[in-house]
Amino acid sequence: MEVGQMQRTWVEYTKSLFMEGFLDGQFTQLQLLQDESNPDFVVEVVSLFFEDSERLLNDLTRALDQQSVDFKRVDAHVHQLKGSSSSIGAQRVKNACIAFRSFCEQQNSEACLKCLQQVKQEYYLVKNKLETLIRLEQQIVAAGGSVPMEELSF
Amino acid sequence: MSTASSSAAWKAGDVVPDQFPAGLRVLVVDDDPTCLMILEKMLRTCLYEVTKCNRAETALSLLRENKNGYDIVISDVHMPDMDGFKLLEHIGLEMDLPVIMMSADDGKNVVMKGVTHGACDYLIKPVRIEALKNIWQHVVRKKKNEWKDFEQSGSVEEGDRQQKQSEDADYSSSANEGNWRNSKKRKDEEEEAEERDDTSTLKKPRVVWSVELHQQFVAAVNQLGIDKAVPKKILELMNVPGLTRENVASHLQKYRLYLRRLSGVSQHQNNLTNSFISPQDATYGPLSSLNGLDLQTLAATGQLPAQSLATLQAAGLGRSAVKSRMPMPIVDQRNLFSFENPKLRFGEGQQQLSSSKPMNLLHGIPTTMEPKQLANLHHSAQSLGSMNMQVNAHGGQGGQGDSLLMQMNQSQARGQILNESTGSHVPTLTSSMGQPVLSNTVVGGVLARNCLAENGMTFNDSHQNNSLQSNLDVGTSVLSHQGFSSTQRTGQNRNISAVGKPMFTAGDTTDHVNAQNVGPINTFFTDNSVRVKSEFVPDASCETNLFPEQFGQEDLMSALLKQQQGGVAPAENEFDFDGYPLDNIPV
Repeated sequence: MEVGQMQRTWVEYTKSLFMEGFLDGQFTQLQLLQDESNPDFVVEVVSLFFEDSERLLNDLTRALDQQSVDFKRVDAHVHQLKGSSSSIGAQRVKNACIAFRSFCEQQNSEACLKCLQQVKQEYYLVKNKLETLIRLEQQIVAAGGSVPMEELSF
Repeated sequence: MSTASSSAAWKAGDVVPDQFPAGLRVLVVDDDPTCLMILEKMLRTCLYEVTKCNRAETALSLLRENKNGYDIVISDVHMPDMDGFKLLEHIGLEMDLPVIMMSADDGKNVVMKGVTHGACDYLIKPVRIEALKNIWQHVVRKKKNEWKDFEQSGSVEEGDRQQKQSEDADYSSSANEGNWRNSKKRKDEEEEAEERDDTSTLKKPRVVWSVELHQQFVAAVNQLGIDKAVPKKILELMNVPGLTRENVASHLQKYRLYLRRLSGVSQHQNNLTNSFISPQDATYGPLSSLNGLDLQTLAATGQLPAQSLATLQAAGLGRSAVKSRMPMPIVDQRNLFSFENPKLRFGEGQQQLSSSKPMNLLHGIPTTMEPKQLANLHHSAQSLGSMNMQVNAHGGQGGQGDSLLMQMNQSQARGQILNESTGSHVPTLTSSMGQPVLSNTVVGGVLARNCLAENGMTFNDSHQNNSLQSNLDVGTSVLSHQGFSSTQRTGQNRNISAVGKPMFTAGDTTDHVNAQNVGPINTFFTDNSVRVKSEFVPDASCETNLFPEQFGQEDLMSALLKQQQGGVAPAENEFDFDGYPLDNIPV
């Protein structure tokens, strides 16, 4: 694929992610922060997010698996996941966390388990999308082109 | 990010370098690595010098090692090792740097907590770079206030008083809540400014406010009357060689701030609060935290003699319907005092507290606190309602719309509230006494008020009686200060430990309620000293006197009581500590 085409694909793909609500304006902020002094910023942050989220999801699974669930702890984890997903712009994950928190407050184990499933689902979805996006970017750069950030006129 | 390279450009307090705000030295604290990385990048993009850490303890040690190495701190609210608000307080007390809180939580309560704890801003996550671009304004503002305070150390108090008075006026108006909030915000800013008054930036040699020195200070303040306590006169009265007017001025400011903080902060502190405050609305919360803690301390020290509580109860505290909440206020007051004392934040009411035994404070006051007064307080409390927080903050400020509060000027409304509430609370307090009721003290003022309201304080709602109110105020404020004050009319308080005890039974029918509450004060103070980073070392050894500072309250209390009773006089005697004599507690 030649660079121009890759770039167009990249633009379309990115736009679709925003349209479908996987990403929001915060992600754009991250993209804008990336510059020559820090060309891999987005990749780094996204990787960090993946690592952290997976840890949190594991903690959550374990916490909800207990005989007597410590909802405060669960809530603390969800709160953090909400914070990091919102910082990175993973909108659907963030929204799933918000719903999750309200069930934590109600101390409803069953509902919490469902929410956890939902969050996990959203997380894996957005992870997949972001990995695709990053791959595309790396291909463009490898082919000698540059990622057309300016084309994202949101 | 290293402070070492922080350019001098920013260091000068009043000289803003050309490239400002570039080079601003920011310390970011957040346990979320993703957010931390993003923030760091954003701040770097703003050309700031960034240091990041993911633990509050690390942040504190970084700050302590290098006091002048940072200009501003940004901290997350929810952190595993330390609550963000606690960190905020530490920083405010020890380094007096502007702190910005941030969280994904945008609930009103949390944001309010940030305000009451002295945060200069609150950012909601996800944080956008635009929000970070302007954080330099907080640094400039703080420094500016600091210089201004420093330069006008003499007139600062007047300025404060004026502001307080105006705030009081605000309170008295019907829209108390609104006013209260405004004044609270102003107060917070003022607090920041005041606190910075003698921060290292001023580079003045620091005076260590020992217990004795503080006692002298309180005595002088009481003697002059809170409204008239200007640094110059205090200095003259104290007659301590080597002490400058600026020292006194900044100490006075700190004292006031301390009082205010007592009422407003303490959330995380009190366990007690939970017991008491839980029923009450959130407003009490912050205060109670303080109280709770103090009470515990006091209780722990065994200072809160059960008898005091019992006495209080017997006194007839019960008069108020004593809703479970009531106890809180009493406690709070105590805490307030205890807390305040170490910090030397005298509220207006302080003056009243003579250095005579703090315990006695209550001693004088409660008796005179007629139901009416209590009722008044009650009213005030009511109006405070949500204002509870405010009440504490303002101590005597009466802002809450209660004329009572206004009256309280002298004494810190806080203390008063306690007094009032003591009546009804006493019974409750006893139970709570075991627990750190301290938190209540802070809230005390507020709680007291509320409690009064709730308990149906038998007091009449005649809070119109200013005179009564003033008495109450004195009492409460005194009580608050002392934490003990309530203790003691009967001399039971003896130890400030009584602080926990509902000091202010004053309002109650029981007259003697006063002292009893004081119990936990000791703990309170202790607690305060820690928190407040005051140079002032609470005299923990004083069993009777929780902290010398507390005496002030006592005096105040006694004065108040005197006034109320038209001669409560022996209050001082009753107090075990040598609190400051309550001389002229203007009613």
